[in-house]
Amino acid sequence: MTRVLALVSELGARVTSLIWRLGYAARFFWATLRHSGTAFRRFHLTVRELYFAGVLSLIIIVVSGLFVGMVLGLQGYDTLARYGSSEALGVLVALSLVRELGPVVAALLFASRAGSAITAEIGLMKATEQLDAMEMMAVDPVARVVAPRFWGGVLSMPLLAALFSAMGIFGGYLVGVVLIGVDVGQFWSQMQAAVDFREDVVNGVIKSVVFGVAVTGIAVFEGYDAPPTAEGVSGATTRTVVTSSLAVLALDFVLTAFMFRGI
Amino acid sequence: MMKRSTIDLWVGVFVAIGLGALLFLSLKVANLTSLDASDVYQVKARFDNIGGLKVRAPVKSAGVVVGRISEIRFLTDVYEAEVVMSIDARYPFPRDTSAKILTSGLLGDQYIGLTAGGDSAHLKSGDTLKLTQSAIVLENLIGQFLYSKAAEGPDNADKK
Repeated sequence: MTRVLALVSELGARVTSLIWRLGYAARFFWATLRHSGTAFRRFHLTVRELYFAGVLSLIIIVVSGLFVGMVLGLQGYDTLARYGSSEALGVLVALSLVRELGPVVAALLFASRAGSAITAEIGLMKATEQLDAMEMMAVDPVARVVAPRFWGGVLSMPLLAALFSAMGIFGGYLVGVVLIGVDVGQFWSQMQAAVDFREDVVNGVIKSVVFGVAVTGIAVFEGYDAPPTAEGVSGATTRTVVTSSLAVLALDFVLTAFMFRGI
Repeated sequence: MMKRSTIDLWVGVFVAIGLGALLFLSLKVANLTSLDASDVYQVKARFDNIGGLKVRAPVKSAGVVVGRISEIRFLTDVYEAEVVMSIDARYPFPRDTSAKILTSGLLGDQYIGLTAGGDSAHLKSGDTLKLTQSAIVLENLIGQFLYSKAAEGPDNADKK
């Protein structure tokens, strides 16, 4: 009986702490937004984070985009050739990349490449009491450390997603047109006829901005909230990758349901 | 006071590449440039049945895309569909041009095919095409086929 009681109270404590943490995260997110002025007034801080989050992610985004596009080209050709419509390969590659794969896969890669780095950096700053030292010097760590990292991530995410889609379409072109021999004119013209700027490209960019906010927001919060120990920081880094990947996939469903309901 | 650093260069390169990719997606992939609203003229055509025709479907003549469908509406007074086409101003058509709803390939999308007539006067914006041919609906086609088969059935029996 006492064991059951202990179990129930344990469960209750977990739920309470989870909700507590959620509220703290919301308050933290609001504080980050309110202190964003610093990130833009002292823009060189944000530029530095753009370098770490964006420039250093370029290689992984370009290479994975290329390979995803090449695989789409091979698989798409195999399926479309059965229906004798292999010219639609350009449409298939472009639409799946611009609408879904570009924003989602780029966000997942971004979460593991840049999100984890942000969490580890802020977590370690907290563990080594650098954040406390800043507060002692009347420097707000949210304004000085968190906001530039947040905006650096949010700004680089749409650019990375667009680059991913563009590289993927180039990969599809390489496999479809150069390797297999789909007609080059059909490839581009069918793509241009089917892909709509407002409906597909802009919606893809909106998606990637939302993912950027989610991934970077989770990353800075997990870092700021990490227990100031070695295990704490490593646990926070893992949680960043897991939580932000799940958040990206769930948000993707919600956004897709809103955006493409009419089709 | 502010010094330029290598990081600025790299971030500049990154932003340029990212914006370049966005530009590629909007211009090359989505083809944003083609057919501005400025250099088109609008022509209307009425059809009994438009089949699966959609807004933004191509308008072709001799297989070349000369415009796009900008609007499809239903006229309650005559119970017909009215299709508004935006045709590129570079391609003037005679006034007695006829419009057909065609299908690209066996499973492809439907589009409007224009066949030029012999009139020396050109179509102006707001004109309505007189000669139109509706979309071929598969069910009607099968119905006609069965009807004609049934009609010729007894004749064949007589000949044998």
